Amino acid sequence: MRTRTIRLAAVTAAALVAASACGGRGEDGATTAGDGTCQGQQTTGITDDAVKLGGIYPLSGPTSAYGEIPKGVKAYFDYLNAEKGGVNGRKIEYIVRDDGYQPPKSVEEARRLNEQDNVFALFQTLGTPTSSAVMEYANQRQVPQVFVSSGASKWGADPVKHPWTIGWQPSYLSEGRIYGQYLERERPSAKVAILYQNDDYGKDLRTGFVEEIAGSGVTVVAEQTYEATDPSVDPQMRNLAGSGADVFLNITTPKFGSQALAADAANTAWNPLHIINNVASSNTVLKPVGFDKVQNIVSAAFLKDPSDPQWADDPEMALYEAKMAQYAPGLDTKNAFYSLGWASAGAMEKALAAMQCPTREGLMAAVRGLSDVRSDLLLPGVTMNTGPQDGYPIETLQLQRFQGERWNLFGEPIDTRKAG
Amino acid sequence: MSDVDIPRTARLAVPSATALRRLAVALVAVAACVAPFQLEPFRVFQLTMVLVYAVALLGLNLLVGHAGQISLGHGGFFAIGAYTAAVMLDRWDTPHVLTLPAAMAVTFALGFGLGVPALRLRGLYLALVTMTIAIFLVPLLKRFESVTGGSMGLTLSRPEPPSWTGLAEDQWLYFLALAVATAAGLAVWSLLRSRVGRALHAVRDNEIAAEVMGVRLARYKTLAFAWSAMLAGAAGAVNTWVIAFVSPDSFTVNLSILLLAGIVVGGLGSTFGPLLGGAFVLFVPTLAQDVNQAAPGVVFGVVIILIMYVAPRGLAGLAGRGGRFLDQALRKK
Repeated sequence: MRTRTIRLAAVTAAALVAASACGGRGEDGATTAGDGTCQGQQTTGITDDAVKLGGIYPLSGPTSAYGEIPKGVKAYFDYLNAEKGGVNGRKIEYIVRDDGYQPPKSVEEARRLNEQDNVFALFQTLGTPTSSAVMEYANQRQVPQVFVSSGASKWGADPVKHPWTIGWQPSYLSEGRIYGQYLERERPSAKVAILYQNDDYGKDLRTGFVEEIAGSGVTVVAEQTYEATDPSVDPQMRNLAGSGADVFLNITTPKFGSQALAADAANTAWNPLHIINNVASSNTVLKPVGFDKVQNIVSAAFLKDPSDPQWADDPEMALYEAKMAQYAPGLDTKNAFYSLGWASAGAMEKALAAMQCPTREGLMAAVRGLSDVRSDLLLPGVTMNTGPQDGYPIETLQLQRFQGERWNLFGEPIDTRKAG
Repeated sequence: MSDVDIPRTARLAVPSATALRRLAVALVAVAACVAPFQLEPFRVFQLTMVLVYAVALLGLNLLVGHAGQISLGHGGFFAIGAYTAAVMLDRWDTPHVLTLPAAMAVTFALGFGLGVPALRLRGLYLALVTMTIAIFLVPLLKRFESVTGGSMGLTLSRPEPPSWTGLAEDQWLYFLALAVATAAGLAVWSLLRSRVGRALHAVRDNEIAAEVMGVRLARYKTLAFAWSAMLAGAAGAVNTWVIAFVSPDSFTVNLSILLLAGIVVGGLGSTFGPLLGGAFVLFVPTLAQDVNQAAPGVVFGVVIILIMYVAPRGLAGLAGRGGRFLDQALRKK
């Protein structure tokens, strides 16, 4: 037995030496631009008539609801390719991979997209932990990770350390600030009760709010948290109701949002001003609770909600409805995930069109040089603005109040950059 | 186990099953050393992950396949190993190599602790108790934010290849994983060939008989749990090196279930089972996605059922059957 082990070790060693003798492999075949101002920049995944993008979403697992977003993206790109000839003559090839919302899987898929499929850029990785895992890899390998689909503030926080990553939607911090400003203006002595999800999303939004109201007459009198895995927030709602607060800030995802709305409506002894965050403000959340029970609640938005009747005659919404029916038949266009995908794909189109150099570097320069750029389905007055030090494309939100069967926008769009 | 029924005289005439197996081991060893120089970085990364899972499955195989105890908590030990390494790297900038023994020590101790309920419970009851580890770990990791980074997780550095090797980062990681996997494989192999291995098999096959023969049940059961957890912890630490990021969502209950499925599909109690299982855990979910993007879970489930139907003793069993078939075909000539 011992001799066999020795022999085995010898064989292994011999093989190792033989293999090493072949030498390490050369640098992997990244292609670069040859001449002009773009010389030496990466041209992986882009030619004169095609550009390859890769997205990573949870198509399977508990968070697979987000897997609907790429269908909206795909419909938009299909429409672009078929009717507009792509962007600047380049057809968009869009590859979607599933990570099941598991960070190691996201890294694996990011590597596959970059090293195997040779994509030009990662357009949308979904989720905070998953995109964080990809962020290191993308910046190490200099792969654009553009318009991350998550409201965490980290995507734009450090353009020096992470020049290859940029977010898109307003950060939860900004959203929290908006609610704070609103109360300072409208209810300067408000006593606030907060319910928030115990993770980064909930904490970010709460932090934005608490920082904004610091030093003002608005005070937080009660706070409750819940876990995303909890069955119900009813106990938390009972505790908050006992606080005597006159404003209730509801920082929850759709499932818990409707529970909290229902609990608030059921408790006739406690009638605070109900502020619900954007994540849970879709009509599809409110409808099951009953429109009559959610009158005058307040929220903030940056996108047009396809389930909201006020946009029925809007040309952008009409285009969305028509092209979704054509390129992604059978989908319920009222689902806000599709319109979100559609809108972010539109933003990507603008970024690709704005590239000076058709290179990865050129794309990053483009997404960091957006100035008052509009894309379809953004609310009127909401535009994308970035700069070399500003990695947050959308920081404008508008307040809205639910009346009848629809949200009514009120006040001016608020740019949290200026207000901060 | 099954090559006993071949008459000894026949072995001399044609390549015997043992010779075939030796040949297989040598081929795998050569392939393992050549692969990183021939494949592109992404494939090398995938192979590295196969090795990581294979180490965890070696542990699970020891426990489930050889000692006959069931665990649905190995994703938990994997996570604890990964987090031990991650916290050391994050807090104290510990050299990567040192995180491995630390992760192994921590998981060994915890595994030993978990071995205690295993003395009283068996079968499904034990499975449920072990599953609680996997379940409560995720919220627990989210709580202690200052240490674990909460649900944001921790982003870490990868081990740098020393310049004398001339290796790229992915190749260096691959060889680190290969070294750990080989060491773990040899350790388990020699353990099973010793007195301990026979004791474990006796415990698996008939506890009462084993006790009558003088095997101390309590000792071997708890030790089996401890070793097994330790290997899962080692795999977790290497996983941290490779992925350079940990978060609670990386280690859900699904991971534990996937690992158990991996070892059953790979081949319980077989030598190559963990390696085949590791490949299964890594490649089949992706393959399922390629087949049908809308319902990868369904495809994955169907694949498991198919494998269990075609190869009730796992992929390793299937390979063994193929080997014996070849053996007989050669003999007929």
